[in-house]
Amino acid sequence: MLGILALQDAGFILGGYAITFAAIGTYTWRVMSNGRKLAEQIDDSDKYWT
Amino acid sequence: MTTTPTIPAEQPAATRRAGTGTTATRVLGIAMVVTMGWLVAFGLGFSPADRDQEDAVRILYVHVPTAWVAYLAFIVTAVGSAMYLFGKKHSLGFDRFAGASAEIGVVFMALTLVSGMLWGKLTWGVYWQWDARLTTTALLFVSYIGYLAVRGLGGSHQQRAKRSAVVGLLVVLEIPLVHFSVKMWRSLHQDASVLDSEGDVSMDGLMLFSLFVGVVAFTLWYAWILLHRTRVMAMEDMLDDHGLDRALDARRAEAEEQS
Repeated sequence: MLGILALQDAGFILGGYAITFAAIGTYTWRVMSNGRKLAEQIDDSDKYWT
Repeated sequence: MTTTPTIPAEQPAATRRAGTGTTATRVLGIAMVVTMGWLVAFGLGFSPADRDQEDAVRILYVHVPTAWVAYLAFIVTAVGSAMYLFGKKHSLGFDRFAGASAEIGVVFMALTLVSGMLWGKLTWGVYWQWDARLTTTALLFVSYIGYLAVRGLGGSHQQRAKRSAVVGLLVVLEIPLVHFSVKMWRSLHQDASVLDSEGDVSMDGLMLFSLFVGVVAFTLWYAWILLHRTRVMAMEDMLDDHGLDRALDARRAEAEEQS
């Protein structure tokens, strides 16, 4: 694992991966928490996926 | 609308399903997490450094897949828009599918630009150049932000669907411009990463596999979050409709009291 830090320009490469995963993680969290909040207010019979 | 009214309950709140998940999304989610792990292992570990770009080439394994998913998402938006606009029922389900896909596409397009800037700094020495590929990509990104802004304008769901479907069908025409910009103009940006000018695969086997893992991982994530986001949009619309119904009822009651 520490080998990754020995990559040339590790800051840029790891930064690129970190930004990508952080962005999709944040978006996922936002969608899922919004979904949980809204699902509490609606009957299951109105949710077409149930 | 700032408040989200609760639809009158027939079912006790405690027994309602807690989210937007189903067995299919859970299976998709597990497959996505596994392939994301592979992407990190192959992208940062197992794949070799490039002869010319050395380790900087590892950014390719996130940059190209995010661009691919952004294109895919925008094409799905156009397909959803066409299905809404030209379908007999003008189903809002297609509109929500298109809107969710565009939102995800914008996230991926932003990531393409950011990872491309980091890669550009390493290979060209600058974060940004007003080069044909970079400029057309930025234009595509701004166009889809515009599409999302159009979705956010007021009016009924059908009005939203109709106007955003028209925009969705127009802005997708920019994708060929972005893709072929490196051929149409002299560009700093490299040509296609996988195929050379004669259509042969020009990448090392392990590099190609790492790129393939990246494409699969991000495509799975796209499919997974698209299902969830579409369901969240359906619930937002449902609560929005109910809020409007309640406001109309209140107005009618008020008018009856006065007469």
